[in-house]
Amino acid sequence: MSREHHDHAHKAPPSEVALRVKALESLLIEKGLVDPAALDELIETYEHKVGPHYGANVVARAWSDPSFKEWLLRDPTAAIASLGYMGRQGEHMRVVENMAKVHNLVVCTLCSCYPWPVLGLPPVWYKSPPYRSRAVADPRGVLAEFGTELADEVEIRVWDSTSEVRFLVLPERPPGTDGWSEAELAKLVTRNAMIGVERAKAPGEGARAR
Amino acid sequence: MNGGHDLGGMHGLGPVQPEPEAEEPVFHDGWEKRVFALTVATGALGRWTIDMGRYARERQHPADYLRHTYYENWLAGLEKLLVEGGLVSAEELASGEASGPADEAMRARVLQAANVGPAMAKGGPVEVAIDAPPRFALGDRVRAINRHPTGHTREPRYVRGRTGVIHEHYGAHVFPDRSAAGQREGRHLYSVRFEAGELWGESAVPAGAVYVDLWEDYLEPAR
Repeated sequence: MSREHHDHAHKAPPSEVALRVKALESLLIEKGLVDPAALDELIETYEHKVGPHYGANVVARAWSDPSFKEWLLRDPTAAIASLGYMGRQGEHMRVVENMAKVHNLVVCTLCSCYPWPVLGLPPVWYKSPPYRSRAVADPRGVLAEFGTELADEVEIRVWDSTSEVRFLVLPERPPGTDGWSEAELAKLVTRNAMIGVERAKAPGEGARAR
Repeated sequence: MNGGHDLGGMHGLGPVQPEPEAEEPVFHDGWEKRVFALTVATGALGRWTIDMGRYARERQHPADYLRHTYYENWLAGLEKLLVEGGLVSAEELASGEASGPADEAMRARVLQAANVGPAMAKGGPVEVAIDAPPRFALGDRVRAINRHPTGHTREPRYVRGRTGVIHEHYGAHVFPDRSAAGQREGRHLYSVRFEAGELWGESAVPAGAVYVDLWEDYLEPAR
């Protein structure tokens, strides 16, 4: 879907779809099939609690603690759960590590599979037909659109999430961060770096301009 | 099914156009939040599997699937699941008027606010113990079978007939083709590495591979 489509939908007065959703929710409440407080709790959880800051903590721990990193790569679901992140859409985790000659990129060509416990809900672009169609066939072109250029000899590994296994990219630790605390390191770890479309931020790099 | 959802390798869908990460909200409109929550909450009633949910969204006209926004596809899927799952009648959906309360057994399963946290933390693991030994071992060359089932499948079109190498055996997981029909059956699941050149020929990136998770039923030995 295009961003124009979104902006248009956003500005429109109560749209047909908004009314349809409202009617459906009222119907389900009337039939006793949903608890409105549970709906609010679900929204609160995924809008304000769970998010990429959880994944950033996982990455920062791996950068700081070699034994945690070894565990994370060997038994990722358990290692991630040790930090309190687990459950729905993260039941079977794999962590793929970026290295000097290997760059990993995650996609779901068939729907929108994404590791909720560590990244929250996926961004619009991740679920969109342009990304889903091109990440597997033209990963360099997709990366270029995010401003990420890789040398020709770097192998790009694309992970298509066709099962209930969920993938998290472990980005390379940026140079110039020796001695940094985990909390400082976590600030360099973006959501996009953990999907693999960008690198982790360098020290002093602010919000990415695009 | 060869539907509008199976997008790997399709052309003409345009650039990615990401919103800047720091500025993108989780939801872009109030109704998206409600569709998300309604889908997750009614899923907890246990009337459908995750694969039935995917199949409900896939069974739209491809033009509709591609034209809709993401949560519009969720809404279309949810309406289908509610009717097919017998929770809401087509008449109720059309009129918005309940003909009566849901039955007691369903009402007893309604997700309560206090259970949201525990239910999400528990998730729904899909490992299944099966007796059959795995047919393939790490490093084996395999071909994704050229099959075109009209029902739900998780074997994308772009790997069918292509040869790769077993990268990992995950154990046995719920088999989506059967799970979309409500059956919980385990099959061995593998991560298969396909070289980019095998998938995309001369248009492949200089150095690259695609890893795809494929169940044993999708695979045959290759030399």
